[in-house]
Amino acid sequence: MSIVNQWAFIGVFIAVAWMLPVLPLVISWVFRPRRANAIKMQTYECGMETVGDTWVQFKVQYYIYGIIFLVFDVEIIFLFPWALAYNQLDFFAFFAGLLFIFLLTDALIYAWKKNALEWA
Amino acid sequence: MQTCVNVVETMVPCLVQGGVDPGLAQFISILLGVVLVSAFPLVLVILLIWVERKIAARVQDRIGPNRVGPWGILQNVADAVKLIIKEDITPAGADRLVYNAAPIIAMLSVILIWAVVPFSPVHIGVDLDIGVLYFTAVSSIGTLAIMMAGWSSNNKYALLGAFRVVAQLLSYEVPFVLTLLVPVMLAGSMSTQDIVWGQVGMWYIVVAPISALIFYIANLGETGRAPFDLIEAESELVAGYNIEYSGMKFGLFMANEFMHAFTANLLFAVVFLGGWWGPGATEIPFLGFLYLMIKTTIVYIPSLILRATIPRLRVDQMISFNWKVLVPISILNVVVMALLIKIVQVAGIAPAPGETDFLAHLPMTVVLLLGNVGIGAGVVTVLRNAGRRDRMEAQDLVLEPNDEKSLSVTVAH
Repeated sequence: MSIVNQWAFIGVFIAVAWMLPVLPLVISWVFRPRRANAIKMQTYECGMETVGDTWVQFKVQYYIYGIIFLVFDVEIIFLFPWALAYNQLDFFAFFAGLLFIFLLTDALIYAWKKNALEWA
Repeated sequence: MQTCVNVVETMVPCLVQGGVDPGLAQFISILLGVVLVSAFPLVLVILLIWVERKIAARVQDRIGPNRVGPWGILQNVADAVKLIIKEDITPAGADRLVYNAAPIIAMLSVILIWAVVPFSPVHIGVDLDIGVLYFTAVSSIGTLAIMMAGWSSNNKYALLGAFRVVAQLLSYEVPFVLTLLVPVMLAGSMSTQDIVWGQVGMWYIVVAPISALIFYIANLGETGRAPFDLIEAESELVAGYNIEYSGMKFGLFMANEFMHAFTANLLFAVVFLGGWWGPGATEIPFLGFLYLMIKTTIVYIPSLILRATIPRLRVDQMISFNWKVLVPISILNVVVMALLIKIVQVAGIAPAPGETDFLAHLPMTVVLLLGNVGIGAGVVTVLRNAGRRDRMEAQDLVLEPNDEKSLSVTVAH
């Protein structure tokens, strides 16, 4: 299959696949009862009335994990071409990869030492 | 007429012969493949939920579903009907568009993975040359869906569940992707089909057991299953991100979780257990499909038993386990494996590409396996020392109050 056809398959796949979860929703829409009232639609909070706004400022820790993840994920994407061509490269490729992975590890050690990995 | 013997495998020339436009014939063949591949997991999930409930029941000394149909096998059909006729409730103040889109996107992300799963030497949705990257990318869309569900529900528990998703699913994706570098290095290709062909002589679980173990654990974390099911910890978050969902939308999230767990193990079987490879698989494609399903079940059942037996970790434990144990080990693993693979190549004992003979793979396997044993021994030693240090510190904390009893205990030590 040519490369265009490959991605055409993925395109058709996405076009068809989203219908599969939508289908039961549509069937449900036809059959389900509709007896909504204001009390039923209240937000659940262990039987209490909800207090305050839900969408509040959240802990910065989650954001830090997001950032560390981003650093790693982007760098790993750069490692994939290296791993892919690894068998055809000479011994120097190992040291080149090592240097890159060292930079990656460096970021991890820095985050570790800065206590960014502690759940405080 | 010769090309029209087997309709499934030679559909395009068959249709063209019948007078259909070649472009349209290509499209019809793609469409048929898409429908087959995408509908299969949905049919499978009904069986999977039954299997899971039966096994969980056995672990807890119950019988499990046993009323609807033989051995209760139709229980989930009944459950699906129940969910369909349930009233759908959107909580007040919810972000409606995001709220309704979330279960669809969650389901979509898992179904899309199946496009690159090789079922047999000839049967694969599409053999993308970046298959590994594709399934990693697509499966992380699921994280987004859970985030959307938690954020849009306008519920504090759901929001907390969504926050934990960021911490957990994102974190566990790092070792997940890092370990995938090793099979890619060994196979010299990112296509899932090529990775299976690369294992014809020797399965990668033998060549790289540490990678396989990390991949398995990261898979458990990625799918949000026990002991890593913090995003829906019942005791703290009631239900987590899907707390406000009812009816079929909840059903989609539930089906998605079971499907994702199976799909993750399917990927494990493809990447480390040789996929469809087995005796006779190249001649009879159906046999390959059977082998793949058997291998997946062999790794799927232990994950179910794990889910039913192991208690849930705390958030801080789980996060530090990932960043301080799994990620360093997977980095070390990649470096050591890269070094050994290069040494094996330079020494000239690496098997030729496409070598199917078991013996030709033996020297390389022995070298890499020894390397893995080395990594394993080193890691266990370091972890044991760290664990001992932690226990000592914990002991000191307990003994800190200045009463006589604890002092005498300290002296006795």
